[in-house]
Amino acid sequence: MIRALRAALLPRVQWLAALLLVFLLLAPWLVDRYTLSILILVLYFAYLGQAWNVMMGFAGLLSIGHALYVGLGAYVSAGLFVHFGVPALLGLVPGMLAASLAGAAIGWLGLRFRIGGVYFALLTIAFAEFARIGFDHIDWLGASGGLFLPVTGGGGFDLWRLSGGIALYYYVSLALAAGAFVLCAALLRSRLGYYWLAIREDEAAAQALGIDVFRCRMAAVVVSAAMTAAGGTFIAFYNNNLFPESTFAIGRSIDIILGPIVGGLGTLVGPVLGAFVLTPLGEVLLGVTQAAGLDLPGLELVMHGLLLVIIIRALPGGVWPALRRRLGFLPGAGGGAR
Amino acid sequence: MPAALVANVLVSGLLAGLVYGLMALGLSVIFGVVRVVNFAHGEMTVLAMYAAFVLFKAFGLDPLVSLLPVAALLFVAGYVLQARLINPFVTRPEHEQFILLAGVALIIVNALLMIFGPDAQHVDLPYAYDSLALGPLLIDKVRLYAALAAVAVALALFVFFRRSRIGTAIRASADNLVGAAVVGLDFKRLFALTFGIGAACAGVAGTLMILLDDATPALAPDFTLLSFTIVIVGGLGSMAGALLGGVLIGVSEALAGLLIAPSMKSMVSFALLVLVLVVRPQGLMGGKR
Repeated sequence: MIRALRAALLPRVQWLAALLLVFLLLAPWLVDRYTLSILILVLYFAYLGQAWNVMMGFAGLLSIGHALYVGLGAYVSAGLFVHFGVPALLGLVPGMLAASLAGAAIGWLGLRFRIGGVYFALLTIAFAEFARIGFDHIDWLGASGGLFLPVTGGGGFDLWRLSGGIALYYYVSLALAAGAFVLCAALLRSRLGYYWLAIREDEAAAQALGIDVFRCRMAAVVVSAAMTAAGGTFIAFYNNNLFPESTFAIGRSIDIILGPIVGGLGTLVGPVLGAFVLTPLGEVLLGVTQAAGLDLPGLELVMHGLLLVIIIRALPGGVWPALRRRLGFLPGAGGGAR
Repeated sequence: MPAALVANVLVSGLLAGLVYGLMALGLSVIFGVVRVVNFAHGEMTVLAMYAAFVLFKAFGLDPLVSLLPVAALLFVAGYVLQARLINPFVTRPEHEQFILLAGVALIIVNALLMIFGPDAQHVDLPYAYDSLALGPLLIDKVRLYAALAAVAVALALFVFFRRSRIGTAIRASADNLVGAAVVGLDFKRLFALTFGIGAACAGVAGTLMILLDDATPALAPDFTLLSFTIVIVGGLGSMAGALLGGVLIGVSEALAGLLIAPSMKSMVSFALLVLVLVVRPQGLMGGKR
């Protein structure tokens, strides 16, 4: 896995990456609390973007309903904690299972009935919306009034229950983002990863070569859903509250896909780069408008919209592939996917 | 449950459904010709709601009058959008088109949020609470007018596509793009016209929608999804299917609101959407996909 990671990072950026890694490892001692909270969001979106990228970037399945999997992971683990005191790291498992099942159901419907392209994307949106309205009516999970996790009060470092100071959440988000990077690097170099790329590039040709397109794509959906659910568990215990309206809304799904698209679809660095660009940009915009005495709640999203339009027009592959070319890196062994 | 109540709810759902149907018709026309899914359709509809609201506040224009200027505004916006932004994307992969329009949608809805704020805005009409009594039926006048206007615009479009030269040219480039280019049709201009017409449908539907509902930016994604649901149920690319789908969704949502719970009514549409995608993916009135 370390080899996969090394190969994924191109030689000339290795020292830069190492420097970044050292900074990230020591960040709680280097930056203030506010910056740390932004870094947590950056890493959280880098993680979710990586998870979404498995489906769209690797297997070519456009999902605009990933808020569903975040919400399932969040609600299942938080519900188990609130009602039975199940610790977060234990509640993570049923949360991931629930999301995998939902992913499998959607994937099965979409793939078995040959619902392709935009229709598949609509199917994913429909299920997320279904969940949004449905969870409004599940009293056991707080319904539309919201589910609140008891706050145990600052400090501490209880990984098992995901309860403690901001440093705990920071390191968990860092571990998630780094873990997802390594996992995706390994997946891309696996047999399954090559099958995914083959299917993404030419489904008919892949099938003719004897690749089981249905099973490979199902695997992508389930892996992506399960990974996304773990992010949901994290955000539930970080924020300590959950509302169906904000958890499952289509805007949340779009937040997830922005990073990988801006950074570079199907690349490993893309989702990380996208998160590092977009999240701080939003914070800076917020800071500038507030300093100017303006209250413009939609400005950040207008900028995101403009960015999407500009990127997809000028650099449809995302920033990272263009940057990589500009810096004169050649893709490492294993092809252009990195 | 008294039959009169059910009948009233059915009629009210039917009338609202015709307005939904006109909105979805715009999406269907765009997809049928340009082959691009307008992910900003609900956002355009809400833009029209606000345009009608502004015209009412500034000049006291009744939405039934401001139909024309709002439709013209949306037509121009749609034409420019297609000519400047979307035309280079018609040959790009589906997900890139989708992302482009998702970006446009984000810009529209959040610009509205910045200008008008999140609060609901509504139009006070003198006849807002009038109704017609037809036996046991009590029909809201605004609903009836809105539905009639929607049907009139839809009929005008049918005639335009069947009878006019430009309508025929647009249908030709939808049927066979290469053939249309060979006989000298400027399909880029036709695409822009089509997108303008589709946007104008959203414009008329949005203007009528403000008679039925208050305008908030938050409605936009719901309208986009509603339009998609309707055209998929009715059959993407089929004009009659869009109206039929609109009526079907309008009536089933109204019934679900009465029989189950108003907050759960859109679940019925999503269930219907999934059912249609699985059982008859080309939609009720669609040909082969």
